[in-house]
Amino acid sequence: MKPSKQTGPDTGAEPLLRIEGVWKNYHGHHVLRGVDLEVAPHEVVCLIGASGSGKSTLLRCVNLLETVDDGAIWLGRDEITDVGTDPDEVRRRIGMVFQSYNLFPHMSVLDNITLAPVRAHRWTRRDAEARARELLDRFGLADKAHAYPDRLSGGQQQRVAIIRAMACEPSLLLLDEVTSALDPELVTEVMGIIRELKDSGMTMVLATHEMGFARDIADTVCFLQDGVLLERGPAEQMFTEPREPRTRAFLQRVLESRRL
Amino acid sequence: MTAPDHDAPPGAAPAWVKSARQLDRERRQRRQSVRSGSIATASTILFVVVVAVALTATPGWSRVKETFFDWDEFATAFPDVLSGFWLNVQIFLLAEPVILVLGLLVALARGLRNPLFFPLRALATLYTDVFRGIPTILLVYLVGFGLPALRLEGVPSSPAVLGGFALVLSYSAYVAEVFRSGIDSIHPSQRAAARSLGLSQAQSLRFVVLPQAVRRVVPPLLNDFASLQKDTALVAVLGPLEALRQAQIHSAETFNYTPYLAAAVLFIALTVPMARFTDHLAARAERRRASGGGGK
Repeated sequence: MKPSKQTGPDTGAEPLLRIEGVWKNYHGHHVLRGVDLEVAPHEVVCLIGASGSGKSTLLRCVNLLETVDDGAIWLGRDEITDVGTDPDEVRRRIGMVFQSYNLFPHMSVLDNITLAPVRAHRWTRRDAEARARELLDRFGLADKAHAYPDRLSGGQQQRVAIIRAMACEPSLLLLDEVTSALDPELVTEVMGIIRELKDSGMTMVLATHEMGFARDIADTVCFLQDGVLLERGPAEQMFTEPREPRTRAFLQRVLESRRL
Repeated sequence: MTAPDHDAPPGAAPAWVKSARQLDRERRQRRQSVRSGSIATASTILFVVVVAVALTATPGWSRVKETFFDWDEFATAFPDVLSGFWLNVQIFLLAEPVILVLGLLVALARGLRNPLFFPLRALATLYTDVFRGIPTILLVYLVGFGLPALRLEGVPSSPAVLGGFALVLSYSAYVAEVFRSGIDSIHPSQRAAARSLGLSQAQSLRFVVLPQAVRRVVPPLLNDFASLQKDTALVAVLGPLEALRQAQIHSAETFNYTPYLAAAVLFIALTVPMARFTDHLAARAERRRASGGGGK
């Protein structure tokens, strides 16, 4: 791991997230096969790989939406895969954003954002709304506070989903293909907000198909294939001179389909 | 279909003046709708005439007319049937809120995952299985005659209350299943999003899943209530003076069945508005889905 920017990862410190030998099976099929990964504070890690390579599953395991079948995951010093862990407490420290936004359709933008601060974190409604408005302001959505999700564009919905995940100041943000469901012209506005989060020092793990974006924003890029983390390295090196022939082949295929 | 011709210069947003083609199209559309209107009217009149003629031509028509459509009988029986019908309405109005609450509780109990609540979950499953399986009229008999026979202190003896209780038992089982299917119909990603924010299972259910599920099951619930309105007549077998019972009494005196018709008219008067309201809600939900929104 070599930090390439000033805002880059604090590699001297203990890792914020440590994944060790994680296995996950679905119906006898191995989706993750002994994945190891460390994420330093302020580091941005991009997971790349074909559909079905295990990127999303890995993120869902970190957020305990899936239980691992083997291995362990640490968040700071706590082993979150420990049987005695309270998953709600862990999830309050991790934000997650999904490909299909998953906003709550029966709630306004403001209520979507303040739900978790008020109910899960026991903030006062006043504090939660102040925080929500501050974030909406910062990301150019101040006029949408009282709109319902079905009145927003896909890009706006995804930006609200990111704000919702950020409202309680999580120490780690997981982003699962957050631009994959968007029309091309809306992708940039969502990428903009993620870049801003990186600049403010947010630790993030992203699964993405946008190679250009991964190259631009990631400190570290990991290539997954068939549930195995085949190669990891600094973004620039991964895209210009990957060591693994399979990484090269994958990037070649993506390049040919003009996604790079 | 011919391709539209746009004469507007490229780039400038053209002001819309209806073209001769569009005006002609609208004229023809109007003509068509007038024509389909008159066809519908004509065919309806024809249908009614045919049915009326066929009915009055049957050999037993004069007897049927006397025993079922006797206006004097109708007028005599109607006040009593109407006052009996008020009891049906009361049973319905009292049973409905209880059914809603009990049905929701049973549906929630069936969704409990905590091992601590296993007995509750098993009980809820048993309850829906048993009470959906018993014919409602049988349940009315069992509750109406069985409960008082236990001679327990505090068991009400009023047949209307007992009958209403039987309806509550039966309908709550149905309504619980409606609620449960509504809860199951909410996409798991909604629950995942709620849990990912740190909300507990109960909080996710209460703030995210249930509000959406309840909105979705309103039309089928109203359907069940239309059915409950007429099933209040089943309470008649226990003897309280509700609409059907009053009609029975009158027809037993005169051997004329017109009082039953009076009761039927009253039930229809109550259920038809409910049915139209259900249609209206379903249509509105459909429009919302069509416009791409999840609704509010």
